[in-house]
Amino acid sequence: MRLTCTVNGTEQLVDDVWEGESLLYVLRERMGLPGSKNACEQGECGSCTVYLDGLPVCACLVAAGQAEGREVGTVEGLAAGGELHPVQQAFLDAGAVQCGFCTPGLLVATDDLVGRALAEGRRPADAEIREALAGNLCRCTGYEKVLDAVRLAADRMAEEAR
Amino acid sequence: MEFLQPTTWEEAVETKAAHPDAVPIAGGTDVMVAVNFGRLRPARLLDLTRVPDLQQWDTEDGVVRLGAGVPYARVIGELGDRLPGLAMAARTIGSPQIRNRGTVGGNLATASPAGDAHPALLAADAEVEVASVRGTRRIPVADFYTGVKRSALADDELVAAVRITPPSGPQQYSKIGTRNAMVIAVAAFGLALHPDRRAVGTGIGSAAPTPRRAPAAEEFLAGELDGLWDSRAELPPATAARFGELVAGAAAPIDDVRGTARYRVHALSVMARRTLTWAWAEYRKGETRCA
Repeated sequence: MRLTCTVNGTEQLVDDVWEGESLLYVLRERMGLPGSKNACEQGECGSCTVYLDGLPVCACLVAAGQAEGREVGTVEGLAAGGELHPVQQAFLDAGAVQCGFCTPGLLVATDDLVGRALAEGRRPADAEIREALAGNLCRCTGYEKVLDAVRLAADRMAEEAR
Repeated sequence: MEFLQPTTWEEAVETKAAHPDAVPIAGGTDVMVAVNFGRLRPARLLDLTRVPDLQQWDTEDGVVRLGAGVPYARVIGELGDRLPGLAMAARTIGSPQIRNRGTVGGNLATASPAGDAHPALLAADAEVEVASVRGTRRIPVADFYTGVKRSALADDELVAAVRITPPSGPQQYSKIGTRNAMVIAVAAFGLALHPDRRAVGTGIGSAAPTPRRAPAAEEFLAGELDGLWDSRAELPPATAARFGELVAGAAAPIDDVRGTARYRVHALSVMARRTLTWAWAEYRKGETRCA
């Protein structure tokens, strides 16, 4: 079947999509966007986290056809104009990236969390950060540096917004 | 494989009638796992995410009618005050990503004994509204589950909504897993106190072939509370302990990779005792929960 959707602001059209295929497969194998990672294929690990109509979801659990006409946002869409997004820069600066496999999913989940909190005029509390990232598994960092990165990103983005 | 995408409820029901083998998909948190792992290769997938009626909830005569396609995140955000037990259950489900997609309708259609919404729905005496081209019927949720991953849903029927009366008293929910997020319940328990009709509702999860109530425990506790509803006096610890034993006695668990039958029975008695203690403490404070 044919699938048309908007990915990172650009209209995408792909043909010969198998009806049982996931949005993750379409992004990685048909649209040349391998940033979202394929690991568990059952929604457990969060490494394929993308925005679907503005909400973070596991792309591996979205049937391709369910994305027809929808807006998809992937990790590739975070950096604008060749500059790293503040969340990406914070992950680098805090040492929250080791093997890097979980990083794309964590970046999208963090972007969502920080964006929501700042929109409400506050920074995310630690308990809120843990809850927001509970669906993103990382086997390298032990999460401490990830939590540092989220706090750093929130501080910098709050500063920028002033 | 065919991908069927009705855009109205009428069309969805007609499509299901024309293709009873079509597998409905909403949030995909069960169906896509099975497809990804090659365990499910249906001739047709019936995507229900474009049916606006399923994405809505409203209140009719004081009863919340929750569309089958409302994701858990919205149950928590929009209905936490009206349906506290179900919202508590929803908070234990998966992760934010899963709660943005998974639905109560999907939980019901899958009818897993470990489904997180079931104990809360049982305790609240919910009704499942199912529909086909033949018409609409309401099934008390306790009659909906007929076996392991089997339900009263006929081949041509779809889950339209679940109907829940906002509680007149406290509700509680407890779930045991290996960590707080992303776990299938080892055992779960839902409790609802109904002071308006002087009754007690219970729901057991992951400890029998189907989600089930604990009727003897409900009857026992309603009897014990008969003299306490008005006085809001302290609940004797022995009553809470006996309630826990009776809940555990209603379970019929198995040993599996997540836990042993013996552990599940013990866990249920503890969860039942604790949730009752919390709920009664809340009731004694005189807090009323209402729509």
